[in-house]
This record gives sequence, C-alpha cells and structure tokens, in this order.
Amino acid sequence: MTEKEALFSYCLRLGDDALIHSYRLSEWCRNAPMLEEDLALTNFALDLTGRARALLTYAGEIEGKGRTEDDLAYRREERHYFNNLICELPKGDFATTIVRLLFTATQEHLFYSELTHSQDGTLAAIAAKTVKEAQYHMVHASDWVRRLGLGTEESHERLERAIDELCPYTGEMFETDKVVAVLQDKNIAVDNAAIRSNWKTYIEDILREVGVMVPGSQHMQTGGRKGIHTEYMGHILTEMQYLQRTYPDATW
Amino acid sequence: MVVSSFSKDDIFEMLSEIPDPEIPVVSIQEMGMLRDVVMTDEGCEVIITPTYSGCPAMGLIAQDIKMTLEMKGVPSVSVKLVDSPAWATDWMTDAAKKKLKDYGIAPPLHSSCNKGNFSDNVILCPLCNSDNTSIVTRFGATACKALYRCEDCNEPFEYFKCH
Ligand SMILES: [Zn+2]
Repeated sequence: MTEKEALFSYCLRLGDDALIHSYRLSEWCRNAPMLEEDLALTNFALDLTGRARALLTYAGEIEGKGRTEDDLAYRREERHYFNNLICELPKGDFATTIVRLLFTATQEHLFYSELTHSQDGTLAAIAAKTVKEAQYHMVHASDWVRRLGLGTEESHERLERAIDELCPYTGEMFETDKVVAVLQDKNIAVDNAAIRSNWKTYIEDILREVGVMVPGSQHMQTGGRKGIHTEYMGHILTEMQYLQRTYPDATW
Repeated sequence: MVVSSFSKDDIFEMLSEIPDPEIPVVSIQEMGMLRDVVMTDEGCEVIITPTYSGCPAMGLIAQDIKMTLEMKGVPSVSVKLVDSPAWATDWMTDAAKKKLKDYGIAPPLHSSCNKGNFSDNVILCPLCNSDNTSIVTRFGATACKALYRCEDCNEPFEYFKCH
C-alpha cells in the first residue's frame, strides 16, 4: 500500500464517520424532546457535515481522479463506505443518541487533539477545528448523561440500556491496521490504541458518577473500516443517495 | 478594463466592505476569514478560510466576493477555501470584537478558555458589563453563538463562542 492510497482511505474513514453520524443526528430535527435540544443536535449534525465535507474534499484531491465531496458522499456503494459501525446504528431513543455522542465525541476529542500534530498540514488544520467542536459535543453529552443518570428511574434505565447496546461497538474506534500503520510511520496518523485508556477513564468516571455499571470486557463488533456494515447502512444510503441516484448530476 | 489596472491593495479595499452574512456589523476581513488575494494572469484568486466546519455561510460569502469584485470590473474572480492554518476566534480584530459588543453580542473570550468544561468561563453582559450572567443554552440562532442571560439587567444576549 502506498502512502497516497493509505491517506485516501484514512480521509474516507474519518469523513464517513462524520457523514453517517451526522445523518443519524439530523434525524432528530424537529423530533427532539425540546427546542433547545433540537437546536443542539442539529448543530452537532452541522459540525459533522462540515467536517465530512472537508475530509471528503481532501480525499478526492488525494485520489486525483476528479471526484468531488458530493461524488464521494452520494455515489459510492455500501461496501465502499468505511465508517465505524457505531455511527450507522439506528438513532434509537434519546438516551441512545446521547450515549453514542458521548462515546464518539470523547474518542474524537482525544483523537483530533493528537491529529493536530500530524505531518499532513491539511489533516492538522481540519483537526484543529474539529477538536474544539468535538469537545463541545463531549461536554454536552456528558451533561445529558448526568441528567439522565440522576434523573428518573426510567431515564436511568434507558441510559443503562443504551450503554449496554452501544458498548460492543466502541472497540472499533481504537483498532489499527495497515492503513494506520503506513501513515503512522510518516507521523501522519494517530495511534488509535494509545488513546483508549484515556477514553476509558473519562467514560468510567462519568458513569460511576451517575451510578451506572461499566460493562466489563466483551466481544467487540467490527467491520466498518473494511466496508462490512450492519443491516442499517443500506437503509441510510437508500435515503441519502436517493436524489443523486434518481437524477444523476442534478444541479440547482 | 484589464486586470493589471487593479493592485492587490485595491482588491482588499473592495473586499473590506463585504459584511459577514450572519453578523452584518462586521466584515469578513475583520472576522479574519479573508486570508489572501493572489493576482493571476487571468484575474485574481481570493483565499478565504471557513470559521466553523459546518458554517453554512461560506457559499454565500464566496458568492458575495465574486459579485462585489465583478461589479467593480475585476475579471475572472475565483474563490478558494483553505483550511490550513485553522481559523480561530483569536484572529478576530479588536475592532471586530468591539463592534460585536456594540451590536449586543458578547465577543469570544481568548481561546485559552477552551480548557475544561467551559463552566468557569465568565461572559460579560454586552449591555451592562455585569459578570453576573448565566448560560441559557449552548446554541443560539447560529452555530457560532450561545445564548446567555444577564442576571443584573435581565436581558438575554448572544455570546460568540470561542473557537
Ligand atoms: Zn446586563
């Protein structure tokens, strides 16, 4: 694998995480429990879409075949998307959405802090912006975890259920493979495994605070970085790509 | 009119009047979004940088730049979006921060405020300068602002988030 191929894959992965998670968050638009939260979740979706745009545009430039952000977002087949599976799981109830945000934003905050030191100037610049946004998402999700965890019996139960459901999808965020290794050699990529303990500490601290048991080590789902998805991915793409598939090259 | 009749300074001068579409009291230049102007054989390229990743105003700003320059007779204007180095609210000029405040928006604190969970940050009321303020919601009318309330004069106000 050449450095260029690895960098292309790396940008797609990060871009797809943002694109697909953004899609799930935007499903809350006008469905959130209160207006304030409707604004918050759609603002996060907007941050993630912006991040996806920057990363997919850059991926297209690296590839050098003239593919734009839109080509990459709307014209790939399911097996050519490389987001982590946690991003594509159904939006679920509000607790599920908040726990997913807590898990991913905490990882992203750590990950993008490291990526600001990347030897790749474009990735470092995207990271500099993203790290601040991810922190904002993380703080917001943390506040909600406290409110749900210390709220009613039902909110506490829902929080626990969401944590149990999503935990098996967190291992993937810290995996490493050839793509990462090639780029790590050049000081471009982040050492995914190295941020795991800080992530775990933050998550465990906050869950302990609200009296939720931290699940022990367990089997972790994987596949997203290889393009192997859950049954939900196809449904997302059907809706997301509808317009570009039905009216190719539509402009307005 | 040929492009050589404009200098880089002329172009900057023309661009200085373009307001930020979301906060029209400040210009894109004062916001620190306008990075450079490159004179080319065909015309000129204006280099801008996005503020927030998902800032929906970037398309409009690019359009405003093209329209402003073309109306003044500058041929072949192109706009390029550059991410590196990343924009930060520290790039806003002091004049821009003052204008924000006069407009009723609390200007961003220095970026060093991004440590921790933001709860220690004291945001001054832009109307009465009181430090007795509280956050209402982290999200205002645009992604770059949060909503606060002044506990002294009781007025709600927006805070331009530090980024
Ligand atoms: Zn006041």
